[in-house]
This record gives sequence, structure tokens and C-alpha cells, in this order.
Amino acid sequence: MDSPIVSVHGLRKRYGDLEALAGLDLAVAPGTVYGLLGPNGAGKSTVVRILSTLTRATAGQATVAGHDVAARPDAVREAIGLAGQHAAVDEKLTGRENLRIFGRLARLGRRGARRRADDLLERFELTEAADRLVSTYSGGMRRRVDLIASLLRAPAVLFLDEPTTGLDPRSRLDIWAIVRELVAEGTTVLLTTQYLDEADHLASAVAVIDHGRVIAEGSPAELKARIGSHVDVEVGGEADLAGAVAVLERLTGGRPAVEDLRIVTGVPGRAPSVPQLVRELDAAGVVVQDVGVRRPSLDDVFLTLTGRTAGTGGAGGGTTGTPQDGPEAQKARRRERSTEGATA
Amino acid sequence: MIVLADGLTLVQRKLLHLRHQPGTLVAMLVMPAVMVVLFGFVFGSAIKVPGGGNYREYLMPGLFVMTGMFALSSAMVDVAADQGRGVTDRLRSMPTARAAVPVGQTGADTVTGLIGLLILLASGLAFGWRAHHGLGHALGAVGVLLLFRCTMSWVGTYLGLIMPSEQTADALAPLTLPLSMLSNAFVPTDGMPGWLRVVCEGNPISAAVAACRSLFGNPGATAAGGSWPLAHPLAATLLWSALLLAVFVPLSVRRFTRAGL
Repeated sequence: MDSPIVSVHGLRKRYGDLEALAGLDLAVAPGTVYGLLGPNGAGKSTVVRILSTLTRATAGQATVAGHDVAARPDAVREAIGLAGQHAAVDEKLTGRENLRIFGRLARLGRRGARRRADDLLERFELTEAADRLVSTYSGGMRRRVDLIASLLRAPAVLFLDEPTTGLDPRSRLDIWAIVRELVAEGTTVLLTTQYLDEADHLASAVAVIDHGRVIAEGSPAELKARIGSHVDVEVGGEADLAGAVAVLERLTGGRPAVEDLRIVTGVPGRAPSVPQLVRELDAAGVVVQDVGVRRPSLDDVFLTLTGRTAGTGGAGGGTTGTPQDGPEAQKARRRERSTEGATA
Repeated sequence: MIVLADGLTLVQRKLLHLRHQPGTLVAMLVMPAVMVVLFGFVFGSAIKVPGGGNYREYLMPGLFVMTGMFALSSAMVDVAADQGRGVTDRLRSMPTARAAVPVGQTGADTVTGLIGLLILLASGLAFGWRAHHGLGHALGAVGVLLLFRCTMSWVGTYLGLIMPSEQTADALAPLTLPLSMLSNAFVPTDGMPGWLRVVCEGNPISAAVAACRSLFGNPGATAAGGSWPLAHPLAATLLWSALLLAVFVPLSVRRFTRAGL
């Protein structure tokens, strides 16, 4: 890896009795998207706040674009952009006015700010709405203006703190497209998200954070390989369960978990193919309703690493309505219960 | 220099609000208009101005100062809103001068205050209020009023920065009305119970009101047997402003720089 553009060593942050960061290490390669993944309260936002000079670490060291965040905050501010969980723009101004004002405050000069605002509005297809008050914008448009406002200085490192939380799927895709474009131009993006598919789609490296610590790091593919896949079998009746479990144990080397007529087996290595499963189960005289081999999502990674689904809050966090907290998460929780049941 | 340039940019931001919502100016003048009707005509007929004189002439300087006092609540709400919506964090993550944000807020409040004051002075003239001591003194009074408003805006900026949320700021904002009434703005203090009189005459608002009355030549400028601030209203107003600014300017700048640390 090239020498990291963001590097963090032993970062700690304490708010009173709460230890938000408990010795966190990170290294982000330039020109990549790095995903910080974790539940509410895991410490993701605290990392971003420290790296963007909004707050100071209690202990540890962090450099961004070659500057120590504690010693040279001014130099760091010249090299970064920050778009947070809010649409942090002035609702009582038009999109264009917002960008011009922020551009001047970002030291682009009056004319420079004007030109840059117009360019970015055009590039990100906001020209039509540019002269309307932001208060009339949709949630997705507000977030886009907010993102553009963080790009006024063409930052070397862009911090995106949960950039798509609360957005509709269409607007999420818009934001993702912008992020990919920026990275193609050489910007480094540090992204926090509780949406596992977001990290999966955008990030080339991911750190899973829990209780202020990195508990796993790697590419999404590496993390998934650690978990293996799942074989899902649904049998025709109670009588078929024992035979099916025996076949699955033999084929996968895993430990099948039974719930009603469903059998879920985690496979550490290579999973058998669906035709092979059907053939073997049929040969054992088992009536099969459904067979599937599911490759793990980052959801499974998170569940396996922390024992919780990502939508469930950690310390200090409540449950938020994430897209994962739909059928997928419920299935995951069911699976968790069934596995416990089987091992007890 | 950078502080000044960034401050001016932020003043411009607030003035753009006025351009998009000129109604804000009207809203700023609703309360004084209500007060003119309530006090000037309803209660005023029963209030006796010390030393004699027209009650509406007595009332107008009180209203001028009261609108200045409202800068405290509006700055508090504006600053808390920016903070709650992430705008403050955005500014703090940019190479913008640290002191520029509070400077911009209070500068904008002073400029909008001047616009509002001019409208209020014109309405006062329409109600029969007059400045009796000539243009020089009248301009002096306008200066006192702007200084008072600017001071209140700095206090409000600090309060906005320490507010836990925009909602808290919204809930506390109406308290400025009773605070401005605990003074000589509407009724003379000499008829109040002793302890209340001390409180009211010690209120910086009272000094500012009395200073305006004396500069405009309006009745009731000095209360008989009044305390030191009311006997020397101009000096008291300047001292109050100097004291409050000396406390709240550094506090606000420091708080803005270090918020969330």
C-alpha cells in the first residue's frame, strides 16, 4: 500500500464516563473508499469528528494528508471536506447562494466561489433547482447540496458520515454515483455507514467497529470469506429432518441448526453445489421443499463478529430503521436464536 | 483581516435571509406595535409619567430598547439552529476564521437592528413622539441603541452555543419579554416595592432606556431618588455594554472554537 493518507494510532476518546474510542487504529490508502462499519454508538462518528478537527482525542495520534490533526488543525482543514448526517446547509438560502457563501468562507475568493458553485451545480445536475430556496428541496437534493458544499475546495480527503441515512433508494444511488466519480478522480473517501450494502458497494477496505475498537479489517470479500456461506434447506415434513441433518453434516462439515422444517448450516470453507445437495438428499430419501446456498452478506459478517445485527444499537444507541432491519435482519436474528437452540 | 472578510460574508448570509423573507422585519416590529397599542393607549392612560409629560413620548424609548433586547433571543435561536443542523460543524471544519462566525452573527444583528430601528423611529414620529434635543443627540441615542443591540446579540450568541438543542432555545426565547419589562421601559420605577425597584433599576435595560430618554429629550429620563445607573444613564449604559462585551465576546469565540471538545 502507498503510504496512508489517513493514519490513526491508538486513538482514545472519553466523554465523561463513556469511552467512545478505546484505542483505535486505521490506515487509509490514498484514492480509495474506506468504510467504517458499525452499529449506532460504536464510535464511527467520533472518529470522523476527531479527523475533521471538530473534537480532540483524549489520547493517541492521527494524521490526515500528512498533518497531525491536533498540532496542525488549520492545515488539515485546508485538505478535507466533511458531509455529515445532516444536510448542513442554510435552508433559508438558495442552493447557489449556499455554495457561494461557503465557497467564500473556504477561501476561494468572491469570483472563485461563484465559478466553482456554478460548475459544481452543473456537474451534479442541480442547475434547475439552484435558485430555489433549499427549504423547498427534497431530502435527496438537500443531501446532494450538502455533499457539493464539502467539495468546494476539491478536498484530498472527504469524510462522509452516514451520507445516505434516511434517504430513499434512488437518492442513495445518486450519492453512491457521486462518490465513485470523486474516487475515480483521486479523492480519498472515509465513509461511515450502518448500511452494510453501502460499504459492500463502495468501499475497497472496511473496518468493522464495535465499542470504540476495530474488531475486523479487510476488503469486503476477505471479510466474507472468513464467514463462509450458508446452506438453507427446507424439508417436506418432520420425518425428513433427521435424514437431512445427517446428509448436511456429512457434506458440509458444519453444524446444522433446525427451526421448524428449515435447516440452516454454516459452511466454513467451500459450500457444496445446489445440484449436489439435491442429489444427495434425494438419495437419502428426504423430501425437499427448497434448497439454497447463500453467500454471506456483510450483515452475516457483522452478526458473526459481534453477535448482533448492525441495525441493533450498541452502547448508547437505539434501534434505527435501517433497510437491513427488514426481513434480512429478522431472518438473521431468527437464525441466531436457532443456532443457540441447537448448541444448547 | 480574515476575520473581518469572513464576518462580512456571514453578515451577507443573514441579509440574504431578509431579502428572501422580508416578513422577518415585519415580525420584528409586531411586538413593539402591540406594545404601542397596549401601553400607549390602554394602560398608558392610567400611568403617570414622573415629572409630567406625554406617556407615549415616555414609552417610545422603552420600545426602542426592547427591540434591541430581542437580539438576544433571535441570536440565541439562530446560533442554536445552526448548531443543531450541522452548519456550525461545517464551518468549524473549514479554514474559516474562528472568530468570524460569532462576529458575523452579531454584525448581522446590528445591521438588521438599524433597519428595524429606522422603521420604528418613523412609526414613533407618526404616533407623536419627537426627539427634542436636535440631530446630534438623536444620533447619539441611535448609537446607544445599536451598541445595546450588538451587546445583547453577543450574549445571545453565547447562550445559543451552550444550548443543548434548537428546541430549548426556542422555548427560552420568549423569556426576553418579561426580562425587558423588569425595567423602567413601560412604567416608572419609583412606585415599585423597594426590592423590585433595585432589581429593575439595576437591569441594564433601564440604564439604556433612561439614556435614550435623556438624549431624545423625552420625559421621565431620571427618576427622583433613583439609583446611580438611573442618575448617570449614559455612563451606566456604556459601562454595562463594556462589561458584557468583555465577558461574552471572548466566551463566545472560545466556545465556538472549542465546541464539542
